[in-house]
Parts: sequence; C-alpha cells; structure tokens
Amino acid sequence: MGRLIAILAPFAIGGVFCLALLVGALMPRDAVTPDATKALHIEAKDVHFKSDGVFGTFDKAQLQRGFQVYREVCAACHSLHFVAFRDLSALGFSPAEIKAIAKTNDQPSVDEKTGDAATRPGLPSDHFYGPYANEVAARAANNNALPPDLSLMTKAREHGNRYVYSLLTGYANAPTDWKVPTGLHFNPYFKSINIAMPAPLTSDGQVEYADGTKPTVDQMAKDVSAFLIWTAEPKLVERHRTGFGAVIFLLIMTGLGYLSYRRVWAEIKYKTKKGEVASA
Amino acid sequence: MSFPWAKHYEPTTDVGKWIDSRLPLPRLIYDSVGAGYPVPKNLNYWYNFGVLAGVALVVQIITGIILAMHYAPNTGLAFNSVEHIMRDVNSGWMLRYMHAVGASFFFVVVYLHIFRGLYYGSYKPPREVLWLLGMVIYLLMMATGFMGYVLVWGQMSFWGATVITNLFSAIPVVGDAIHTWLLGGFSPDNATLNRFFSLHYLLPFVIFGVVILHVWALHIPGSNNPAGVDIKGPQDTVPFHPYYTAKDFFGLGVYFTLFAIVVFYLPNSLGEPDNYIVANPLSTPAHIVPEWYYWPFYAILRAFTVNFLWVPAKLWGVLAMFSAILLLFFLPWLDRSPVRSNTYRPLSKLFFWVLVVDCLILGLCGGKPAEEPWLRISQFASAYYFAHFLIIMPIISRIERPLPLPKSISEAVLISAGHTGAAASGTLNAAPQPAA
Repeated sequence: MGRLIAILAPFAIGGVFCLALLVGALMPRDAVTPDATKALHIEAKDVHFKSDGVFGTFDKAQLQRGFQVYREVCAACHSLHFVAFRDLSALGFSPAEIKAIAKTNDQPSVDEKTGDAATRPGLPSDHFYGPYANEVAARAANNNALPPDLSLMTKAREHGNRYVYSLLTGYANAPTDWKVPTGLHFNPYFKSINIAMPAPLTSDGQVEYADGTKPTVDQMAKDVSAFLIWTAEPKLVERHRTGFGAVIFLLIMTGLGYLSYRRVWAEIKYKTKKGEVASA
Repeated sequence: MSFPWAKHYEPTTDVGKWIDSRLPLPRLIYDSVGAGYPVPKNLNYWYNFGVLAGVALVVQIITGIILAMHYAPNTGLAFNSVEHIMRDVNSGWMLRYMHAVGASFFFVVVYLHIFRGLYYGSYKPPREVLWLLGMVIYLLMMATGFMGYVLVWGQMSFWGATVITNLFSAIPVVGDAIHTWLLGGFSPDNATLNRFFSLHYLLPFVIFGVVILHVWALHIPGSNNPAGVDIKGPQDTVPFHPYYTAKDFFGLGVYFTLFAIVVFYLPNSLGEPDNYIVANPLSTPAHIVPEWYYWPFYAILRAFTVNFLWVPAKLWGVLAMFSAILLLFFLPWLDRSPVRSNTYRPLSKLFFWVLVVDCLILGLCGGKPAEEPWLRISQFASAYYFAHFLIIMPIISRIERPLPLPKSISEAVLISAGHTGAAASGTLNAAPQPAA
C-alpha cells in the first residue's frame, strides 16, 4: 500500500499542477486595449560618448562644459547630492577653482551664537546642496512634480547615457490625437510620454562656453550627458584601465595553465592503451 | 578513502611528522584535493564547475566582508553608504562590482553544475546525500542572494522584497502573521533591512559549512563520471593532484577572465537600472522583477492565474514555486533507472534537452512583464517543468531500454579517444577494439 502511494504520488501532484496551469492557459483572455503610451514611446537615440567602449575615457573639456550646463540650467531644479566639490578635480579644476565653486553653494548650518538654523559658504569637502531644502519644497515649486537627483541618472534609466541626451533633445509637438494635460510636455523618450519638465535647452547659445565650442542645443545636451555619465560613474576610467591589465594578465595565466594542463595529462589522455597517440 | 590503491600521505620531515600525529591537516588536504584522492580519468570540462562554485563562494565571502566594513544597514543610510563605497572607498567600486557580478556568476556556475548532475545522473545511488546537500546549498544561496539584493535599498530592492515576502501571506490562516513576523513590520522597513543584513552575513558561512559536508559526501563514493559506470580499478582513475588541480587551474583561469570582462566592462549589465534609484515606498516601479537567477521560479509563480479546486490562484503560485525547487530533492527516487549517464539513455537524453530549453523559456518569461504572450508561454512551460520531473521522468525510467554500457571507464575512454561520438551512437560493444 505504502509502495503504491509512493509510486502514484508524483503522478498525482504533477497532474494537479499541470491541470491548474493548463486550465489557466486555455482560459480566454480579455481583449487588451493597446497601450497608446507604449506605441508613442521611442527607444533612446544612438549617440556615442568618449567614455564608451573598452578604452573609453572622459574628455575633461567636455565634462567642464557639461558641468557649466548643469550649473547654469539644470541646477535650478535638480540636485546632485552624491557629488562632492572635491570630486571636481577629476574634471581638471585646480584646488583654488574648486574652492571658489564650493563657496557659491550655501550649505545648511547652525548659527554659532544663537543655535538657529543658518547657512555657510560651501567647502571642497561638502557635497552639492540644494536647490531645495526637501521634497516638499521641491514639489511646491514644481507644480507637485519632483525633479529627481541627477547624480546617478545615467545608471538609473535603461541605456541611461543615450537616454539623457535623447530626452533633452526629444521634445516635440504632440500628435493631434494625443492629449497633453496642462503643465506637462510631450516627449516620446520619456517613459510615460508626458513629462513635467519643460524643455530645459531651448536655444543655441543658452550658455556661453569659455573654450569657444559652439553652444548648440545638441552640443549642450551631449556635454551635460557626458558630465552626468561622470557623476554616475566617476571611477569609469580607472575601471577600464584596471580591467585591461587584469584581462591581459588572466589571459596569459590561463594560456600557461592550459599548456601545463596539456603537459600534465599528456601521458594519460592523448595516448591509447597500446601507447599510440590517438587522434584526439 | 574507499579506494585501496589511493596513495597515502607520508610526512617526510620531522615537522611534518610532528604535525601529522597531532592535527593531521596536511593529511586531510592530501586526501581531499591532493594525490590521495583517486578521480575517474574521463571527467570532462563540465566537472570543473564544482571547484568553480567553491571559488565563487570564497570570492563572495571575501568581498562581502570588506563591503560590510563600509556599509550601513539603516534605511536612511543604506543607499548612500553603497554610493560611498562606489565613490570614496579605495577600490570600493571594484569590490562592489565583484560582489554584485560575483553573485550572478555564482548562480551561473551552480546552474551548470546542477544540469551536469542531471545529465550524468550524479544524484543516483550511492550519491543521494551528496545531491541533497547540494540542493540545501542551492536553497541557502537563493535566500542569501535575495537578502543581499535588498541591502542596496534601491527601488528594485524594496519592491522585490515587498513582492517576495508577500508570498508568505498567501498561506491560509497564519499567512499574515508569518508575513509580519518575517518582516518585523507590515512592509519592508528598517527592522527588515537590519535582519536581512544580519542573515546575509550569517548564511554564507552556513553555506560554507554545508559545502564541507557536500565535499565530504563526495569523497565517500568518489566522483561520478561521464560514462556513469563505477570505478573498477586503478586503471580507471588518476590522482586529483596533479591531474585535476592542473585542469581546474585552467578552468579557473577561463572563469576569472570572463568574470573580469563583466566586472570591468559590463558591471551593470546584469542589474536593473531601477536599483540606482533610492527605495521609495510611495512609488511603485512599472515592472518589478527579481534578479535574473530567480526568473524561472518567478515565471512559475505568476503562471497560476485561475482559482482551481477551491484554492486561490496566488496560493497555487506560491505552492508551485516552492514545489518546483523542493521536488528536486526527490530526484533520486523519481528517476529509478539504474543507468546514470544520459549518454546511454536515448529517451531520457532527449527529454533532458527539452528540460534545458524549457528552463530557458521560463527564465525568459520571468524577466518579462506579466502580459501576453509571455503569460501563456510560461503556463505551458511551467506545466512541462512539473510534468518532466513528476510524470515523464518516472515513466521513462521504467520503460526505457538503455544502450549497452561500456564495461569500464577505461574502455569508455579508449572508445571515445578512437572514435569521437562512437559512445553516443551506441556502437560500443560492436567495436571492442576500434582502430585508433
């Protein structure tokens, strides 16, 4: 009796699971209304950066230009909380320049005499502060939309590098059958199409580059994207360089390992019992 | 060691003798991974993955211990401390990427190790306990991996934890109480993060302990082999060292090379972008997915869409998901065929490959949103998964006529050296001495 149960139990259990699944599979599906958002959504544009690929590095001049775009345009609404001013040395800024940049950023502080909330000029060791004190303030100033922190933006979206560029250059007029609610804007690169952020880069020459690069909308979008690739992955160059050495080392080690493996096994594997070398 | 011809450890120096008579650790190493362990000489590259899994575990433990020195298990600090590791800790980015990618690689290696065991019948007598311990390791890995992913406290960490812990609330009567007890609250919060950190630090050492038992259980009967026939004598084996240490070193080199390529050039390719957004209980991501290594089981979980036999669909999904893993524990008793290797089991081999494809399909479905056609595909694929182990396998093992087995490992080696593919086409006994 026990033996019979042991034989039949798997069939019973398997049968019940299969039945439950097949009933579900054969159940007719409700008609799906096509998702208009999905139909309008466009994958990020194909754009290349100097940081792409195995040998990708950062173009410091471009990062500085991108930082300028961030400071003069994006920083009005978007924070950059994970970046410290000292990190800007990677962009080629001198310690004096970094000090000066940090100084322009007011940091929350405490009045030494009264203990009241106060502000002080930023130091190179500080992280970027602001533009809003907290989420409520941010939402209050932006029609209840929350401008996200940009530090990790290029890693926090699908194809983030290209996504940021595509979004910035992707504003367009909505098709006639698509309703854009008041206060929102049409951008097919944004996942839900209607985005609260108005086009931030609107005209050529919106910022004035010190190095003479022509500040077209396309150029500014590329530069700020490059800057945000750096803020999200500041150790990218170090990573690429370390990886190159590591892979070369491992390839040599593996090659030598293979040769010694062949040598150790030569007596066993590649000869038949009679001692003839087999065709393996 | 159970093989009489195994070499014996003989300490030659005075210091060696002194140690050997007090704590014979060198002897233990000699007998487990040295010249004192005879191993079938016909193991192919699929047998490298056991050692690779052990190395992957050690990499995870070492990187994890260092990461824990810089990590803060608090909902207000966790995400920031991870970014602190990425930006401010010396080589912190490398440690973190090694740990995150290392988890994926650990699972790749273990999945290949499991499928190798399935193909060559390594779960069959006398290796049932070895297989059971392996399954215990696999279960512990799933728990450890899940909790580790939560520690990042990104959006996918939080919502993945919400979805997975919610499964327990499907249990009738006590489900909600268990759910609250596991989380230390009604939704994942600081209490959850703290206990997950504590357990994520503990479980790898538990895994390490079970790995020791797993290796011990391996050394009693010795390794299985691609021919699946027992070792008949010294001519069938080679000492582990230097033969398999050399082969494993080469395998390790290939593994680390691939690992380095992903760590240094594609570190985020196996992760979800949403996890670079800090956890926000008020904003649900459009598409919640666990890590890729859970996808087949996630697909099974979501494949149950109808209330059936008075049991709600959600409970069916939870039962099926856990059953899908637990039934693997019963494999030695579901497959009663005395022939181990699928090389000599034409019918079983066919269905093995169907299972491989089925698991890949389930994995694909698990990573997609729960909508058509993925849902229906995952329903058929899940049905096959259960049918494979609970219906097809027991039947095959009774009705199948296996091909003639080689008389010994040595014979199998000779034949495959002379005619590659001869073993597979079943002409083994027809050609006792193939022209080499």
